[in-house]
Amino acid sequence: MLEIKNLQVKLEEEDKQILKGVDLSIEPGSVHAIMGPNGSGKSTMSYVLSGRDGYEVIGGSATLEGENILEMEPEERAAAGIFLAFQYPVEIPGVGNMTFLRTAVNAQRKARGEEEMSAAEFLKLVREKAKTLKIDADMLKRPVNVGFSGGEKKRNEILQMALLEPKMCILDETDSGLDVDAMKLVSEGVNALRSEGRSFLVITHYQRLLDHIKPDVVHIMYNGRIVKSGGPDLALEVENNGYADILAEVE
Amino acid sequence: MALAQQIADATEERIAGLALTNTGWTAAIRQDALARLRKMGLPSRRDEYWKFTRPDTLVQPTAPNAALFNAGEAPLFNDIDRLRLVFVDGVFDPEQSDDLSLEGVSIERLADVQSNDIHWAKDLFGALESEGQQPVERPMAAMNTAFATDGVLIHVTGKVSKPINISYLRGDVASDACLHHVVRVEEGASVTVLENGPAAARLNKVMEVDVADKAEFHHIRTQGRDHERRAATHIFGKLGTESVFKSFTLTANGVLTRNECVLTLTGDDAVAHVAGACVGDGDFHHDDTVFVTHDAVNCESRQVFKKVLRNGATGVFQGKILVKQGAQKTDGYQISQSLLLDDDSQFLAKPELEIYADDVACSHGSTSGAIDEDSMFYLRSRGVPEAQAKNLLVLAFLAEAVEEIESEDIAEEILGRLSDWLERHQG
Repeated sequence: MLEIKNLQVKLEEEDKQILKGVDLSIEPGSVHAIMGPNGSGKSTMSYVLSGRDGYEVIGGSATLEGENILEMEPEERAAAGIFLAFQYPVEIPGVGNMTFLRTAVNAQRKARGEEEMSAAEFLKLVREKAKTLKIDADMLKRPVNVGFSGGEKKRNEILQMALLEPKMCILDETDSGLDVDAMKLVSEGVNALRSEGRSFLVITHYQRLLDHIKPDVVHIMYNGRIVKSGGPDLALEVENNGYADILAEVE
Repeated sequence: MALAQQIADATEERIAGLALTNTGWTAAIRQDALARLRKMGLPSRRDEYWKFTRPDTLVQPTAPNAALFNAGEAPLFNDIDRLRLVFVDGVFDPEQSDDLSLEGVSIERLADVQSNDIHWAKDLFGALESEGQQPVERPMAAMNTAFATDGVLIHVTGKVSKPINISYLRGDVASDACLHHVVRVEEGASVTVLENGPAAARLNKVMEVDVADKAEFHHIRTQGRDHERRAATHIFGKLGTESVFKSFTLTANGVLTRNECVLTLTGDDAVAHVAGACVGDGDFHHDDTVFVTHDAVNCESRQVFKKVLRNGATGVFQGKILVKQGAQKTDGYQISQSLLLDDDSQFLAKPELEIYADDVACSHGSTSGAIDEDSMFYLRSRGVPEAQAKNLLVLAFLAEAVEEIESEDIAEEILGRLSDWLERHQG
C-alpha cells in the first residue's frame, strides 16, 4: 500500500533536516504504529505524506499503490486515498460542518470521475455514520470544529475518515486530549473502518491507544529514522521502560 | 488663507452649473444647505476625514467617464415580490417602474411634489443631514440637499407587505446623478427598502431615515458592478424608542465608493445595525465611514464590515461609536476586517470609541490578514481543490456581515453573487 524508501526531509525555511532516511512498508489491511520521543520526526512524516507546505524532500521516495505521492498536491493525495487525522483539527469559522463534509466528499468523487452526491443522499449517509460516533445534529450544523471539545474534534476527524473512505489513514496523535471514554469511542470508530483494502499508520506516544487499536507492527522512530520495529510487544516495552533502553541499544 | 480660497473656488466651480430649486417647500431648506456647503467647502485631500480617500474625482466639476458594464445576469432581487422604482442615470423612469401605491405607505417623487407649499417631509428633508454635520462635516451631503434633482419620499404608516426596491440603471458613460431620499417610519410601522444598481458614472446620494418609536427600518443595498463608477453616499438615521434600524451594503467593483452612515439613537432600547461586505479586484477603492451616536439608555449598535481585496485594491474603514453622557447600558460593537489576497492590496482602518457614560459595554476590533494557511491545508487534505478551498474560506469570512441581513432569501442571493464574483476573480 504505502512504500517509503530512504525518505529525507528538511524544513523549507531552515537548514534543518528532520527525516534522515525513513524506510517503511505498509501492506494493505495492516495497522502500523509509530512511537518515539518528542522531536523524533513523527508528525513531520504525517505532514510530508499529506502534502503540507514548509517541508522539502531532499531524498528518497514515497509511493501509494506504486504512485509517487510526493509530487502531488494535497487534494490529489486525498483523492488518491491518503487521509490524515490531525493532531489539532483546524477550526474554520463561517464554514458549516455539513457543508465542509459534503464539499470534501464531492470533491473527491469528482476527482475520481464519480458522480457527486445529492444533498439528500449525503444527509442520509452522514446521519448513519455520525450516529455510531455519537455526533449529534448540532455538531453537524456548527462551523467546522468551532467550539468543539477535544473529543468532539477527534470524533469529527473519524467521521471524515468514514465518509471519505481512504485507503491509507494516518492518525497523528489522535489520542492526545482524549479522556478514556472518548478514546474508546474514537478507537471503535477506527476499528469499524479496518478492512482488507485499508491500512493505518497510527502515530502515538502512548501504548494506551494501541490497546484499543491493535497494531500489526510497531516502529520506534528516533532522530529522523525508524530505529526499531517489532510486534505489539514493542509498544508494551516502551510503556514499561521508556525509550532509554531501546535507544541505548541502537546507538 | 490660500487653502481656504482654493477650497471655496473649487466648491463654486463644482456647483456653478447646478440649478437651485427656488419655489415650494424645499426652497428654504436648499438655501440653508447651500449656505452650509459654502461655509464648509467641498472636501479636499487635506481634510482629516478624507485622509484615506481622495475626494478629487468626486468633487471635480464634471464626472469622469465610466464605461458601461453589462453584468450579463439577472438584476438582484428579481425573484422577490417587490414594488420597483427605476432611475436611469438618476432620472426616474415611469415606464420601468411599478405603480407607486401600496398599502401602509405613501411613495412620492421629490421632483413631483417639491413645488407644493407644504409636505410631510418638510421637517425631515435636510434636517437629519444638517444635524449630522456635527461633530464632523459632511459637505458632500450638504451639496446633495441643496442640489438633488430627484429622490423618493417614503412615508410608512403600517407594516408594509413587500419591499420597496429602488433600482438604479445607467446608460450614459458621463452621467452625474444627485438623488435625495427621505423615509419616515411612523410608530409601530415597518418597511424594507432595497436598492440596487450602479446609478450613474458618478453618484451623490443621501438617504435620511427617521424611525419612530417601535418602528422598524430594514435596508439592503447593492451598488452595481460597473468597474469605473464612482459614488459618495450618505445615510442619516434617527432612531426612536424601541425602534430597529438595519442596513446592509454589498459592494463589488466600482473604482471609488465612499459610503457614510450616520446614526443617532435618541430613544431608549433602540437597535441599530449597519453592515457591509465588499469585494474588490484591482482599481478599487472602497471607504466605509460610520458614525453611531448613543444618546439614550439601553441601546444596542453593531457595525460589521468585511472586505476582500486583491490586485492592489484598497479598503478603508472609519468607524466611530460615540456614547453620550447618560447613555447608560449601551451595548456597542464594531468590527472591521479585511482579507488581503495579495501583498499589493491594502486596508486602512480607524476605529474609534468615545464614551462619556460609565455603565456601557463597547468593543471594537479591526484586523487585516491573508487567508489562513492551516485552514487551507485542512480543506485541501480532505480533497477540496485549492481554488475551491480558497473561495469557501473567503465566503466564510464575508458571511458574518451577510448574516446581518434578516431575510434568509436575500442573504442567500447575496452570498450566491459573492460566490460567483469569487469564481470570476481567481488566479
